[in-house]
Amino acid sequence: MSQASNLKSQISNAVEMPIEPQIRQYLATNFLFSDNGFELDDEASFLEEGVVDSTGVLELVMFAEETFGITVQDEEIVPQNFDSVSQLAAYVRRKLSS
Amino acid sequence: MLVQDFLQDSAARTPDKVALIFQGRRLTYQEVDAQANRLAQALLDQGVQRGDRVAIYLPNSVEAVVAIFAVLKAGAVFSVINHTTKLDKLVYILNDCQATGLITQARRLRMLEELQDRVPSLKSVVLCGQEAGKAMEDRMRHSEERSRACPEPCPERSRRDSRRKESRFLNEFLAFEALQQTYPDQLPPQNCIDVDLACLIYTSGTTGEPKGVMSAHYNVVAAASSIIQYLENVPEDIVINVLPLSFDYGLYQLLMTFKFGGTLVLEKSFAYPAAVLKLMEKEQVTGFPGVPTIFAILLQMDLSKYDLSNLRYITNTAAALPPSHILQLRLKFPWATLYSMYGLTECKRVSYLPPEELYRRPGSVGIAIPNTEVWIVDEDGNRVGPGVVGELVVRGSHVMRGYWEKPEETVQRYRPGPIPGERVLYTGDLFKVDEEGFLYFVARKDDIIKSRGEKVSPKEVENVLYSLDGVVEAAVVGVSDEILSEAIKAFIVRRDDNTLTERDVLRHCTQHLEDLMVPKYVEFRSELPKTTSGKIKKTDLR
Repeated sequence: MSQASNLKSQISNAVEMPIEPQIRQYLATNFLFSDNGFELDDEASFLEEGVVDSTGVLELVMFAEETFGITVQDEEIVPQNFDSVSQLAAYVRRKLSS
Repeated sequence: MLVQDFLQDSAARTPDKVALIFQGRRLTYQEVDAQANRLAQALLDQGVQRGDRVAIYLPNSVEAVVAIFAVLKAGAVFSVINHTTKLDKLVYILNDCQATGLITQARRLRMLEELQDRVPSLKSVVLCGQEAGKAMEDRMRHSEERSRACPEPCPERSRRDSRRKESRFLNEFLAFEALQQTYPDQLPPQNCIDVDLACLIYTSGTTGEPKGVMSAHYNVVAAASSIIQYLENVPEDIVINVLPLSFDYGLYQLLMTFKFGGTLVLEKSFAYPAAVLKLMEKEQVTGFPGVPTIFAILLQMDLSKYDLSNLRYITNTAAALPPSHILQLRLKFPWATLYSMYGLTECKRVSYLPPEELYRRPGSVGIAIPNTEVWIVDEDGNRVGPGVVGELVVRGSHVMRGYWEKPEETVQRYRPGPIPGERVLYTGDLFKVDEEGFLYFVARKDDIIKSRGEKVSPKEVENVLYSLDGVVEAAVVGVSDEILSEAIKAFIVRRDDNTLTERDVLRHCTQHLEDLMVPKYVEFRSELPKTTSGKIKKTDLR
């Protein structure tokens, strides 16, 4: 995919599809390898539940940057932003609106 | 000296000093000691006896720290099990060491139902976390309802009672928070001596079955004392630990810090590097133990935003740091001393490179740690001179007692030493020394993979792969990886009619293996290379 069309799809994704389902789908596919989707609550802690392991957080950061077209600063990679579906969605929304 | 004396002596000397910082909580030595005494009293009350094994299946937490010392104070032997361990392996370990006690999170309540059937030795359970109180309330309500519904004598009730006896620990578990309110904080009577076992540390072996390395109290005291000596630790040191307490390198950060009376800043992991760095700045951390994976992540970050000027030393072990990373770490933290070290669970630590030698011999892991002797032998057991590659042998009081109930594996690693009756450790690692006696790691004799610094047995991963329907053949190797040191790669031959996908394989692995053992790469092949005797030839897969 070219950079321009990639960007376009990111923007349309971000606008058209609510953020939470995209995060759930990504986790189900890439971390849980599940066909049944993401079965935990949106509040469940990724680390506590073993969804994402310690090196997996960096993959999650890359996903957020690529999917939602945001730039994540090192100091923003904290549990408050990345440890549950709701936290990540709220963080992405804050970034998109700023 | 016993291992619990590390805590008790510091609590007597500096009761009000902060011993442990975890997620914003600050506990003094006296507080940790009192909590450990109460839990010890509770464990004894539950029937835990001297020498019993009590498993601690918790992530890094205050409760895990308290539990380690409480088990020792109760005269028992602790074993910290990685909290990402899945059910089957947990059952294997608990049965292997015949654990009578388990300290875990209340959110594992469902798992306990399985354990009660599959681990007959287990008698007492302590649950941690807020849910534990709720689970206890539910239990009390159920038992009240039961007695109302069926007053004695009642045949149904006695049947239920006999079932209740079988599931004793499910009905009588203790909640960590609640027992802290009810048990006295006095130290229970101490009966152990220093040749008694303090802990079992499970490590991966070539057979694929985890082995419990038996550490007597005197082994732990010897190892901790030696390391403290060369790191020149002082009570003013504030050490951050992001490594799991189930990993000996992480566990010893706690034990050593309590021994020299410092402060331990405990984190769950290094998953959020920026948060860890911010915490290091805030707590003015002086000691930072890490593994190559952590340093590789760190070196990709902009560290100029953090004031880490209090950092006195950085340690690396578990796998060698690439020389370029050593150089970059020196440049990023010129004020901190970097120690390259080498060790294995079977004796904790073997060697360290005196920091002043770092530029002259960046590839060396140095010299024997204090009060230890090492030499290299050829295949016939003869000592070899400089430049000759052979197996490294270790002698010292930190050479552990062997593998729990694995006599064959024990005599292979722990063999007779120079003094009659003495045993020394054959590391299974190939080394050479230079003219001045500095050690260089050459290779492992077995095919164990080091992922994120921890040992992964290819056999253990292969066993899990073979249990997946459709897998005809599987071979697991380590491939070099910038962040992980070695990444796990699985080669699989599928049954002809099978449509197994990479995702199926990874899902199966995440359900049965600890995080660090899950393959990063899966490759399907129509056949695997074989030796003339028909074994899979892994050298052709790397």
